[in-house]
This record gives sequence, structure tokens and C-alpha cells, in this order.
Amino acid sequence: MAAPVPHNNSPVVQFSRVSKTFGEVRAVDNISFDIHRGEFFSMLGPSGCGKTTTLRLLAGFEEPDEDGGEVRLLGEVVNKKRPYERQISMVFQNYALFPHLSVERNISFGLEQRKTPKGEIGDRVRRALTMVRLKPELFSQRMPAQLSGGQRQRVALARALVLEPTILLLDEPLGAIDLKLRKEMQLELKTLNKQLGITFVYVTHDQEEALTMSDRIAVMDHARVAQLGTPAEIYEHPRTGFVAKFIGESNFFEGRVDDRNGGHWTVRRPDGGVFQVVDHQSVTKGKQVRISVRPECMDVWNPDAVPSGENAVMGIIRDVIYLGETMHVIVTLPGNEEVTIAVRNEGQLIKPLPWKRGDAAAVAWLPEDCQILEDD
Amino acid sequence: MAHVRERALAWLHRRPEAQAWSLLAPGGFWLLAFFLVPIVIMLVYSVMPRGIYGGVEPGFTLEHYRRFFDPLYLDILQRTFVWSILCTVICLLMGYPVAYVIARGGRWKNLLLFLVVLPFWTSFLVRTFAMIFLMRDSGLINNWLMKLGLIQEPLSLLYTPFAVMVGLVYGFLPFMILPIYASLEKLDLSLLEAAEVLGARPGARFRKVTLPLSMPGVVAGCLLVFIPALGSFLTSDLLGGAKQLMIGNLVQNQFSAARNWPFGSAASFIVMALVLASVMVYLRVRDRTPGGR
Repeated sequence: MAAPVPHNNSPVVQFSRVSKTFGEVRAVDNISFDIHRGEFFSMLGPSGCGKTTTLRLLAGFEEPDEDGGEVRLLGEVVNKKRPYERQISMVFQNYALFPHLSVERNISFGLEQRKTPKGEIGDRVRRALTMVRLKPELFSQRMPAQLSGGQRQRVALARALVLEPTILLLDEPLGAIDLKLRKEMQLELKTLNKQLGITFVYVTHDQEEALTMSDRIAVMDHARVAQLGTPAEIYEHPRTGFVAKFIGESNFFEGRVDDRNGGHWTVRRPDGGVFQVVDHQSVTKGKQVRISVRPECMDVWNPDAVPSGENAVMGIIRDVIYLGETMHVIVTLPGNEEVTIAVRNEGQLIKPLPWKRGDAAAVAWLPEDCQILEDD
Repeated sequence: MAHVRERALAWLHRRPEAQAWSLLAPGGFWLLAFFLVPIVIMLVYSVMPRGIYGGVEPGFTLEHYRRFFDPLYLDILQRTFVWSILCTVICLLMGYPVAYVIARGGRWKNLLLFLVVLPFWTSFLVRTFAMIFLMRDSGLINNWLMKLGLIQEPLSLLYTPFAVMVGLVYGFLPFMILPIYASLEKLDLSLLEAAEVLGARPGARFRKVTLPLSMPGVVAGCLLVFIPALGSFLTSDLLGGAKQLMIGNLVQNQFSAARNWPFGSAASFIVMALVLASVMVYLRVRDRTPGGR
């Protein structure tokens, strides 16, 4: 029986109902997703959420449980295949460069293992170094100990890319380098992904990094995929409270659904206040709902000047925080809850915000900006 | 008093070199007094004529060094080197796998390490005597083999080169295991994973990553076995009988029964020079081996 031949738009990676248990701990719990050819796919979540185990299942360092589902690479079930039998490359968190081998020998290691003709190796090593913007004549003969963190990072990347893999796994590769270099590498990685057509599977706990680079993100929590979607979908339509909180900042409100009029449902908050939400499949009369609103979707008004048609809650301004590009206004509500509102900074020296700490204020937002959340 | 102490400490603090000297002094004195001085005395003895009743007489001679190049002694020297090298090789072949397992031993690690050093709780002399009970004609090994019907006559194990080699390997094996263990234990496991992702099967992974990175341990282990093996005399004396002399026995004999201290000193210096030379050759060869650094 021949293995199914993958054609170009079939997924390169398929997880179907995959589980992995370590002793008593479910590290990965019945997760399913596909990764498409050439896409930049990120797994994002806090530590212990199962993202690294998922990557290791994909690399072949871990095997799914018995009856723990199937991992497919290019259509073929690889549950029992060792890493060296898979067409993958990987960049490790601590780079894992061989300390006893020169940069050149580190990069040629994989080519030698794969019996690449001798004449071809030197050429490909040079090309890989150039690709990650290290001058071959300067770096080939150096030992890893003679490189800076950023240079090691690039060598590790070259060592993985030189194999021209179908899939490149990256395990928090930018965690150990400084912010400025990290931003630069993020854009470079994204460019390489598009240029080479290699599928990137990227693990990170840094939401900004994931939003910057990814075509799609799988947000993971408690060994499951909490939400899978494009950065815009994840940010603008978080499915659960966890996603809303983990990616960006969110304000949360709860209440019981009351009446519907004019295409909007009225939701009554426990303290008696009301707000309106738009139609949604899980909104029915009498139901308890939880919503999130992004800080930049909210505005601060004088208590008597709230625009009509907007949801509003009253409170006291507790603090105004200067962040450069934006200002965060923190408002304390009567129930002692706090709401954060992001306001564009139009220059505090020429056009300062008209409120100060201690002022009474109204926080207002549109019903369309309410994200109705499912349970975590 | 406290005032004096404080001032002394402050003085030391301002002078790092004085600090270093004060830390070096106790150990340095010990080595100077009990290692360097006797060596110098021996060097002087080795070039002086032998006294009639032991000891030395004034004068200068190279006679003792010349005497050593007699076939009789060269034979012993050669045997000593061959056995020491063989012992080192056997220890390496047996010790590396043990060290490997201990380093990967998980929760058994400490117990296994404890077992490796456990023999040191008894003196080497006692343990060597115990081996006589194992290997003599009416010893445990022969007894069992005969009871099992595998042999009719007792094998003569004791007082053979075989017995000496068994004893040497037994005595020095921990000195091979421990340094190799130490270097394997430090090995970053993600390097092994990196090798695997890059296509290395277990054999290649071992040859290209594990082995080269554990070379410092292998080198240390080999030196720790080879050098003491060259100078050992107890094992060959007790397990080898009079026919299996090693250079250590010769030196010991010259200093005791033969009462020929100058010749014993000369023999010691020749061995020392050879050890130094062979260690330097070994280190040089290792440094030139690709990946062996």
C-alpha cells in the first residue's frame, strides 16, 4: 500500500485527537489542528500550556499516548518515527550549537548525515550563512563560544535552513536575545518564511511576537487549543476569557440577558447597570453572559456627555498612565472593579487630556465592540 | 584583637597577590616539603656512588642510569608499559559504558555512584588479598567451576599475568568511571536532540557528539589509570608472584631488600621521564585528532 501522495494544498501537518501524558500529567489533551504548506504557524500560551510538548510530538522527541491520536507529516502517520526519520528541522531555545565544532561544521552536520555530496556541502553552507546575514569568510571558522547571542541564533537558523526542510520548528528561538535584535529577527524570520516557502511552526509565550509574525496562531491553555485563527481573529474575536486576557488587554463585564430591541440585546449587570450587545448565537433571553471589551474600543467622557447608543458605566479616574504612543486611563467602578481605557496620545504638552486623577467619568463603548465569551 | 584582625583583612583586601599567596601557602608548603624536597634528594642520590652498607658515598656517577639499560630491566620496563596500556584500554572499554549508564541513570544515579566508590572504604591491600582467595587453586572460582563440572583440574589463575591484569583493572576502574561520568553528566541533552533532528542515528550521534564532548573525561580517566598503573607494585607482588615483576616492584626492592638507593632512585627517574614523555605524546596526539578537543 503506497503512502498517499501529498499534493500542494493538503496540510503538511495534521494533529488528530492527539494526547500525551507524563505520569499523572496530561501535557497535551486531545488536540486537533492542521498546518498548511508554507504558512507561519505559531503556538502561543503560558508556560505549562502544552505548546512545547506539541512541538516535541511534531519533532519526534515524544510519542503520543497509546490510543493518543495521530500525528501526520505530509500525509503520513509518524507517531512512531524518530526525529532523524522525519523531514523536519528545528531551532532550539538555547540554540544547541555543537560547542566542539566550528560554525561551518555545525551547519554542515545535517548535510553530512544526509549523505550530501562533498562538493555541494561547502557551497550550501556558504549560502545558508549568507541567508542569515553572516559573512561566510568571517564566521565559517569560528567556534560557537566566540559568537554573540544574536550570532549563535543566526548560526542555529542557518544549520536548520541549510537542509531545505519542508517544515521548520522553532522553539522560542528569540527568547534569549535583546529586544531590539529580537524585533529585527522577527521580521527576518517572517521574510525567510515567505521567501523560502518553508512551513514555520513557532512556539512562543510572547503574544506580541506571535501577532507580528504569524499567519495563524493556536492559543493554548491547559493542554488544549483554546482558539485557532489569524492574528486579527484572535485579537478582535477572542473566543474565551483566557484568550481575551492572554493576548492584549481586556475589560470584562458580566450580566443576565434581558430584552431584545432594535437588533440589540440588553444585558443587566449584577449591580443594576445595563449594557447592550449585538445578536450572537449564544445570547438568548435569561442567559448569563460574559463579555470582553478592548481598552482601545473604549472612551472616557464627562458623565453627562455620553454619546447616545453607546454603553456606559460610571466611575472615578484612579490613574492616568503615560505610555508614549497611548495613554492608559484606569477607572474604578462602584463595585471596585477596574476598567482600563487606552487613549491615543495627541501630545500632553500641547493637547493634554481633559481629566485628572480623582475626576468622576463615564466609560463608554459601542455594543459592536462587546466580545461574547464562551467558558474557558 | 578584633581591631588587628580587621586591619589585617583590610590589608589583604587591598593586595590581591598577598591574598593569593596566603591561600596558596598551606598546600604549597606541604607539597614543597613532602614532594619536591624528597625528589631533589632522590635526584642527588641517583648520581652518587653506592655506599657499602646502603646509603651513598660522595662523588658523581652515571653508573646507575647505565645499569638500568640491561636487558633484564628493560624487559621489566617493557612489561610494565604493555600492562599499563592494556589495563588503561580495558578500563576505558569497561568504564565508559558504566559511566554512560550512570550519567543517564535518573533516580538510580546516586546509588550507582555510591557503589562505584564503595570499594574505597576498604584498603586496597585488603581487597587485593581478597582476590587471592578468589583466584587461588582452592579458591572460590575454581571451586565453583569444578562443582559445576566445567573443569576437572583447578585452573592456575593466581601468579599469572592474567591475575595481575584482573587486579589492576579492578583497582583502577573507578578512576576511569568517575571522570568520564563527570563529563557525560554535564552534556547538554538538547545537543543530542539537535543531532537527531539533523539526521544522526544513534550510532552517528554517539560518535559525533557524545564521544567528542566526553573526551576531557576520557583523557582524565586514562591519565588517572595509566600513571598509577605504571607505578603500581602491590598488585603484581601479591597476584603475580616473583615472575611478574613490574617496575614498581624493582624500585621497591632496591629501596628495601637490595638496599641500593641510588639505583632505585635512578630507576624512578627513568620511569618518571617516560611517564612525562608518554603523557605529552598522548596529549599532543589527542589535540591533533579532529573533534577530539
